[in-house]
Amino acid sequence: MRTSGSKTALLCLGWLVLFALLLPAAAPPLFASESGAKWQGVDESVVEKVAHEHGREAHTPLINTDQGDLLLFVFLMAGVVGGFAAGYYWRNLMEQGKVQAPTGGK
Amino acid sequence: MNLSNSGLRLFAVLLLAAGIGLLVATPAHAMHISEGILPFGWCVFWFAVAAPFVAIGLKRLKRGSGSDLSFKPLVGLMAAAVFIISCIPIPVPTAGTCSHPCGTAMSAILLGPFISVLVASVALLIQALFLAHGGLSTLGANIVSMGVMGSFSGYFVFRLLKRAGAGLAASGFFAGLIADWVTYLGTSVILASALKGADPFLPLATKIAIAFIPTQLPLGILEGAMTAGMVTLLQKKRPDLLVKMRVIKTKEMVLP
Repeated sequence: MRTSGSKTALLCLGWLVLFALLLPAAAPPLFASESGAKWQGVDESVVEKVAHEHGREAHTPLINTDQGDLLLFVFLMAGVVGGFAAGYYWRNLMEQGKVQAPTGGK
Repeated sequence: MNLSNSGLRLFAVLLLAAGIGLLVATPAHAMHISEGILPFGWCVFWFAVAAPFVAIGLKRLKRGSGSDLSFKPLVGLMAAAVFIISCIPIPVPTAGTCSHPCGTAMSAILLGPFISVLVASVALLIQALFLAHGGLSTLGANIVSMGVMGSFSGYFVFRLLKRAGAGLAASGFFAGLIADWVTYLGTSVILASALKGADPFLPLATKIAIAFIPTQLPLGILEGAMTAGMVTLLQKKRPDLLVKMRVIKTKEMVLP
């Protein structure tokens, strides 16, 4: 059945994404980064490293939220606002789809 | 459980996963070129390169907003998705580093590459202003690598594969994969151009690109899966929308 197959594919995809997101958070790195620091962003481990080798250094951002737990807060707020917006517009799109479905199917 | 419930549950799982990703991730840095890395001249140059794409994106957004009721919510959804996706520093165990997917292939497929550039620009601006992620002086360069190169490569790979007869999911997967890799290739070119000094360009660009590989290789696959997931989900939930946006043809519609 197509519906059953689609359902399975969707569930598999959901699990794959969840797995890809959560496993790395718990697993130790198989190969340590060159600097030895764990879980550095590639902007530090690659971009800033190469820039440093060529005499350029990163500056403090104009609005420096990278101070203590402040950055955790702004990232969390970004997630909340972004997640709310995504959910709101998704619902909006799906409701429009329900309204259009009776005529759209003909 | 019908397909509709299954789709909504999957979306809820994805949102939850994104939220958890934001909560568990090491805060701050992931990919964009930080403030101060590029010399002033190069910053101006990349702003000049990005500007026409953003301007055309604005024009197309204005034109599209008046043409269809679903257009604005779709742009809103993609803007939120690109913002969230490009905020999540995902740890990659094989490299011991973090980076993030971009979401630009997904937005380029659904909205067109120019509006996708605009969406990426807004996400990058907010990140540079409030999340200490990227920089204002390097915004133009980041728009070119993530917005322009990511969106256009993803869009053209998708179109090419669809024209060659590939399925929607496969086309979406490879569009996401290539868009992610091309974005980082773009970052390598931008960095190498600005930092090479008297040295030859190619060895430095290659060195930077190779340094990205351990992190971006698996993340490109994740980006491909996300892109394929989104387009197939929309094909099931709102096939009419995909037809309107010229992603699929009417005969490919799967009525929900």
